Amino acid sequence: MAHEARQYDRVVSETPFARRSLITITLLFLLVILVLPLAAVFTEAFRKGVPAFLESLGDPETFSAIRLTLLVAGISVPLNLVFGVAAAWAIAKFEFKGKALLSTLIDLPFSVSPVISGLVFVMLFGAQGYFGEYLQQAGVQIIFAVPGLVLATIFVTFPFVARELIPLMQEQGSADEEAALSLGASGWQTFWHVTLPNIKWGLLYGVLLCNARAMGEFGAVSVVSGHIRGQTNTMPLQVEILYNEYNFVAAFAVATLLALLALVTLVLKSVLEYRYSDELSASRRH
Amino acid sequence: MNRKFFAGLLTAGLLIGAAVGAQTVPARADQALLNVSYDPTREFYKAFNAAFAEKWKADTGETVTIETSHGGSGKQARSVIDGLPADVVTLALEADVDAIAKATKKIPEDWKKRLSNNSAPYTSTIVFLVRKGNPKGIKDWGDLVKDGVEVITPNPKTSGGARWNFLAAWAWAKQANGGDDAKAQEYVAELYKHVPVLDTGARGSTTTFVQRGLGDVLLAWENEAYLALEELGQGEFEIVTPSVSVKAEPSVSLVDGNVDAKGTRKVAEAYLQYLYSDVGQKLAAKHYYRPAKPELADKADLARFADVKLATIDDFGGWKEAQAKYFGDGGVFDQIYKPAQ
Repeated sequence: MAHEARQYDRVVSETPFARRSLITITLLFLLVILVLPLAAVFTEAFRKGVPAFLESLGDPETFSAIRLTLLVAGISVPLNLVFGVAAAWAIAKFEFKGKALLSTLIDLPFSVSPVISGLVFVMLFGAQGYFGEYLQQAGVQIIFAVPGLVLATIFVTFPFVARELIPLMQEQGSADEEAALSLGASGWQTFWHVTLPNIKWGLLYGVLLCNARAMGEFGAVSVVSGHIRGQTNTMPLQVEILYNEYNFVAAFAVATLLALLALVTLVLKSVLEYRYSDELSASRRH
Repeated sequence: MNRKFFAGLLTAGLLIGAAVGAQTVPARADQALLNVSYDPTREFYKAFNAAFAEKWKADTGETVTIETSHGGSGKQARSVIDGLPADVVTLALEADVDAIAKATKKIPEDWKKRLSNNSAPYTSTIVFLVRKGNPKGIKDWGDLVKDGVEVITPNPKTSGGARWNFLAAWAWAKQANGGDDAKAQEYVAELYKHVPVLDTGARGSTTTFVQRGLGDVLLAWENEAYLALEELGQGEFEIVTPSVSVKAEPSVSLVDGNVDAKGTRKVAEAYLQYLYSDVGQKLAAKHYYRPAKPELADKADLARFADVKLATIDDFGGWKEAQAKYFGDGGVFDQIYKPAQ
């Protein structure tokens, strides 16, 4: 490794001064944009000491926000895992008409503003929406209830798994699968014993990112939540409410949980990248 | 190995989902009410809901849970229109309840007459919040248009409180100029030239003034101003009550369409009635709202409210007329307000 690094050193043509300034600028930027805000979150959360911090997390409304966030992520992430694998499979292993269009559609949630992602569901399932009257007669509540939150979260986090897998599966090609099939394996056996082992780390990586976004999403869920206390407020929404109520310690206490989630995600991501870089690299190469 | 790995992963995910899901459906009480309200009422309704639940239990033996949702008044009305299943709405102004009535027919058009005091069990008014020691010497509306004074108020197009601010300023200017509406308009136009930023809601403006330190004076709900003092330290700000202000009537109403669907009409009606009881009125006064029946509230709480001459919405021809004339598209506000280039 060290030897390689030295080789790279010689290849780079910038002067040491240029290199050092670039590194300094990057570090300063990270300090201002990332480290300081993160430190501020933790300082504010513990401003009145650990008991106040714990007490604010034990508040029934905050507690229910944490539970709701886990529930929404617990439903959306497994579903997106299945959707993501199916979509990636279809795009990477088959040729069909409209493939480019499907690939573009998968990316759509990345380019749409989260507010719009929420509003489309209000347009569809709200009382004044296309299916509103029918749903009301049936007594089904989608918007301003858990189903709406789940729908919005699925929409926003849909691309994460698929985007991670498509390049990986394309890189791997379908030779392994063809071999398995020609040796008499069934489709399901091929998937389970050949494809899945090939993509498992990429898949886990996608799920990780998907989960982080599912728990942290604000815009789309804000539109469909209805903000009923203890019922339809997820953690990010609860942070906003507590902050607006001048309850800074509690707001930042919940924010630390979200920050911790981000840190755990980051660490797991680094571990995956470090240990399975070969298997993951395909998805970075494009 | 792999099969186990994924089966395990999937099972764990589903189990977590199911376990959390099972817990999230709470042990349903006999009855549940949803009160959809606006921003600054949280503290008041928290206390009031507990008092009502206790009374309902004593009277009927039933347990009632009251859920609340808070946000900008106009936004909350929009949510009820889009299907948020509110049993009662307690919003910042009549026009927002009218909007629900008009769009959904879930509230009858004459809702305002169903409860006493125009269906406003408590009122509030508009006051000034200034920085410690009142460095710009602000005493009344006239001082707001002096050179170098910056005023913070939200956008009347989106905020209920901001519309009351606008009308309060107009009411003062009209009286100061012997009832001349043209002079009043001149003053209000001048006033908005002193506004560096229009936030979308009352809480946003409070944050701009208090946290970001912008401006010399904040036009605020009386209850919001007292709450800001209480929450953020007595030392840093002072309340100045102008000579003339406006009587802001936050309206409450049953959402008939929803209570009939849910079968909660009886308890929802009792809930609104209880706002007018001695308990409701006392709690309102305690949380800095002016009670509709002051004789029922504590004298000590009432003593905190400064005497001020209050114009009412009827002086502006009622909300329907005022909304169209002053805040509608191409209305007076659109004519006088030009965003800074």
